[in-house]
Amino acid sequence: MKGNTQKSFEPVWFLKKNAVPVFFLILCIIGGYYSGLSLPFLLNEIITRIGRNSILVISLIIPILAGMGLNFGIVLGAMAGQFAYIATTNWQMSGLNGLLVTLVLSIPMAILFGWLTGLLFNRAKGKEMITGIILGFFANGVYQLICLYFMGNLIPIRVKSMLLSTGIGLRNTIDIKSMHYALDNLWKIKIKIPGFIFPIAIPVVTLLLIAAVCLLIRFIVKTKLGQEFRAVGQDRHIAEVAGIQVDKVRGLAVIFSTVLAAIGQVVFLQNLGNINTYGSHVQVGTFAVAAILIGGASVRKATIGQALLGTLLFHTLFIVSPLAGKNLIGDAMIGEYFRVFVTYGVIGVALALHAWQSLQEKKRAFNAT
Amino acid sequence: MNNNNGANKSFIDRLKEIAAGFGLARSIILIFLVFLVVLALFLKLPMDQILSSVLARFGMNGILVLAMIPTIQSGTGPNFGLPLGISCGLIAAVLSIELDMRGFEAFLFAVGLGAVLGGVSGYLYGLLLNKVKGQEMTVGTYFGFSTVSLMCIFWFLAPFKSPEMIWPYGGNGLRVTIALQDRFDKVLDNFLSFSVLGVKVPTGLLLFFGLFCLLVWLFMRSKTGVALSTVGANPRFAESCGLSVDRYRIIGSVVSQALAAIGIVVYAQTFGFIQLYMAPLFMAFFAVASILIGGATLKRATIWNAIIGCFLFQSILVVSMPVANVIVADNLAEVVRIIISNGIILYALTRREIGGDVR
Repeated sequence: MKGNTQKSFEPVWFLKKNAVPVFFLILCIIGGYYSGLSLPFLLNEIITRIGRNSILVISLIIPILAGMGLNFGIVLGAMAGQFAYIATTNWQMSGLNGLLVTLVLSIPMAILFGWLTGLLFNRAKGKEMITGIILGFFANGVYQLICLYFMGNLIPIRVKSMLLSTGIGLRNTIDIKSMHYALDNLWKIKIKIPGFIFPIAIPVVTLLLIAAVCLLIRFIVKTKLGQEFRAVGQDRHIAEVAGIQVDKVRGLAVIFSTVLAAIGQVVFLQNLGNINTYGSHVQVGTFAVAAILIGGASVRKATIGQALLGTLLFHTLFIVSPLAGKNLIGDAMIGEYFRVFVTYGVIGVALALHAWQSLQEKKRAFNAT
Repeated sequence: MNNNNGANKSFIDRLKEIAAGFGLARSIILIFLVFLVVLALFLKLPMDQILSSVLARFGMNGILVLAMIPTIQSGTGPNFGLPLGISCGLIAAVLSIELDMRGFEAFLFAVGLGAVLGGVSGYLYGLLLNKVKGQEMTVGTYFGFSTVSLMCIFWFLAPFKSPEMIWPYGGNGLRVTIALQDRFDKVLDNFLSFSVLGVKVPTGLLLFFGLFCLLVWLFMRSKTGVALSTVGANPRFAESCGLSVDRYRIIGSVVSQALAAIGIVVYAQTFGFIQLYMAPLFMAFFAVASILIGGATLKRATIWNAIIGCFLFQSILVVSMPVANVIVADNLAEVVRIIISNGIILYALTRREIGGDVR
């Protein structure tokens, strides 16, 4: 409290408040040093990955504001994006047109999925996070059922190369080369760095889209709806008494999140150039959640800055950890295992800390009365 | 006509009554199972083999499902942190091979050491659970995941020497699967086993599972067990009776993780292989789903819930595999498993629990 009122910079207070991002920044620097990668190469990779992943991470912010914790259910949004790609690939669309149709197509699906997720979350108040995790697994089962056994069968697929040799079920990877970099390459600024072969390429349009999404979030937070999100997030019962339709507001928060996740996945996949049909979406929730937590967000509070910073740090760790593991211990697998451990561990620790803090708060409130 | 109609109605009402008592989810699962069995009979699948495999898998997974009871009863919800206990059991099993033990000696060593390690880890896990009251399931899930990935590093760096467990041509760390052929593969399954109409009954395995059912039953009936259930049912009341809520929650976690460690050794024993690295990642979910299918809720679970649930869940898995293979080929059974297990957990999570304990 004291630190908040003081305007002057206090290093100890700053470190305490930002312990998590600072810790990961140090980890990234150490990893980056031992990975032996050249700075321009690293910078290039980081820019690519920020363009690829930011929107998925940003999609977590609104449910956090609405007091629903980390929305692990964004996996369903990612699925909506992939279904849209499957449709446009089937219609043999390409380039920017194909991408735009994919985007437009993914949104109504995401709204539907988000609405269903919201219904489920409203029945499991206080248990939204575990419900979201399990919902992700469940939806993955349904997704596999549809893609493996209905496609090419109940759902006609025109492009035969998408299907397995039996004619039923999608292949493990779907090639979307025709839409590869459709957004990224619209306007790419290349900065030459003297002494290095590869220039740093900046996908301007993608970054502009991310900026637009950030502005949209800021705008929403400022509107009446944003006020309602925060009111519900602070105390459901008081919000209810104040005349806010809590269930509806929570549902809207989830729909927003799912739609953003769908857009995020579409952007993600156009950068990648192919879809891992049964794998691209599975880890979306976990990775996005880990990223936003590394950025210093908590289950109760998240800002756009934290989301972007978290994406930067988490994905830097992604790039450097296998190489650093290889150079330090002699095997890339160690770095890979370490990264997986960090992903899960960060989420586990953040959730535990949050639960512990809210328990302390409750105790304090109990003792005060 | 009228009479007939009335009879129909009462029949439907009675069905509804039975369904209400039996639980909607359990009835759907049971109907699905009956449907699968009829289909299997219709397709003339070898029922004796299917039944043998149901019995083996039932005994194999049973103790892992039993491990859910102490945590549910002590109010910490289903134990999503199961991989912690499982990892302890795996360490014990791997050590038994490293120390070159065989047969029952190796098995009992693994079970004993696993239980001790599991108990210790359960104590620490219980301390954590007491810090995160209300979010045990979410924290437990990710704690379990991190344990599995941390253990990956351990398996990779651990200095084991036994040639059965390390890669034959160099490479770091333990193998992903370790064969138990000359160690304790099926020591329980083959103990006193006999065949009836072509159905192989793994007597030793079922007896071992029965023994643990009895032990857990006795534990839940003991003074500690009753206190533990009271703490879970109504913490405020328990506190006013002078029971330490935190202490009994820790006891629940200790028993659960010890059972998990024993459970994985039994699992490996029937399976014939020890699976390391990412294999235990999703095991908790199947155990949770099993006990929920058996009619347990997030707050109440009995031994019968565990036994019935484990039997139903494993039966569906076993029967659906050949049926799916004949009809559509491929791994439809795997998809069915994911949908059923996670669907049932979702159902339990979104269910509005009727105020307190009904019984």
